[in-house]
Amino acid sequence: MIADIFFYIFSVVLLLSAAIVVSARNPVHSVLFLILAFFNAAALFLIAGAEFLAFVLLIVYVGAVAVLFMFVVMMLDVNFAELRSGFQRYLPVGATVGAILLAELLGLEAGWQIAPEASTLRLSPAPSGVQNTVALGQLIYTDYIFLFQAAGIILLVAMIGAIVLTLRDRKTMRYQDIRVQNTRRPADTLALVRMGLGSGVKPESYYRPHIPEPAGFVEEPHGHGPAGPGGH
Amino acid sequence: MLQRGSRAGGFLLAWKRGIDGVLAHYWPILVFIVIAAVIGAGMIGGALIAAPRAPYPEKLSAYECGFEAFEDARRRFDVRYYLVSILFIIFDLEVAFLFPWAVSLSSIGQLGFWSMVVFLGVLTVGFIYEWRKGALEWQ
Repeated sequence: MIADIFFYIFSVVLLLSAAIVVSARNPVHSVLFLILAFFNAAALFLIAGAEFLAFVLLIVYVGAVAVLFMFVVMMLDVNFAELRSGFQRYLPVGATVGAILLAELLGLEAGWQIAPEASTLRLSPAPSGVQNTVALGQLIYTDYIFLFQAAGIILLVAMIGAIVLTLRDRKTMRYQDIRVQNTRRPADTLALVRMGLGSGVKPESYYRPHIPEPAGFVEEPHGHGPAGPGGH
Repeated sequence: MLQRGSRAGGFLLAWKRGIDGVLAHYWPILVFIVIAAVIGAGMIGGALIAAPRAPYPEKLSAYECGFEAFEDARRRFDVRYYLVSILFIIFDLEVAFLFPWAVSLSSIGQLGFWSMVVFLGVLTVGFIYEWRKGALEWQ
């Protein structure tokens, strides 16, 4: 009873925030409403009894994927107002595609046959006497071992792909090189000059030994360093 | 939280009895959500209702030596934030897979144990790769 009431509350908030995600003018607001949608979906998972999925949704999607989306939105810096300017013009084409998809979904729904044991399985996401997380653990690592290992390979590919695509060697940065630091001798960098009494030192006569820049170093074209978000 | 004798407390406890099974453990969270919503709506709504508002152009303009914004405050982020974020997600997922494994370790036997070890090994290969490539350093 109470769970039913909150099911509808969370569902309504989920659908409303999902609608705002696609209609908000500011993409940052879209991401924030996406986070709200994730929270409500987690609450729906909890009501369905899938505790582990609910908290994985919070940890992975709210904690990591939403941040990634935020970075992507900021990185792309798309002018959404400009993008939206052709809305009227593309409306007929978009509406046609949407109507076809909706008709296909309705056809799928009409031809859908529910397995006879599905209605009983749906009511008990965890087998009797076993907690939800334990029930998942008993299946993932043994019964679904190939899918699990495939997930590991996919994560590896994603990691290597992200590094290959985005990591470039920046020539404008001085790296800390421990070997160079340790092999540096005082004689290379320091010179003692014996001064006569009262002769003074002209500023131009300071002896400044030349320290070679690291190999491949390029001077930054404009003043400030590469750190920080101002990479424009 | 609420006194058992009070009328409101009795009402809430009656509601709590309507929630059964696993969901009963999340009752305090629900109470906190409701309190947070009430406080948030109360503050914003109270300000809307009770606060005096008399805006005029001078009042809304930038204060004294402040100046109008030259351009949009949003700037393009460096792609390196994206790299850090995606590397974080991957190890986040790895840890998420560790939880069910840890609680069901006693019942999944040798196969389950070595299955996770292989999974961790595959991701360790990636970890060594990104360390050697210098992806973990903020250049």
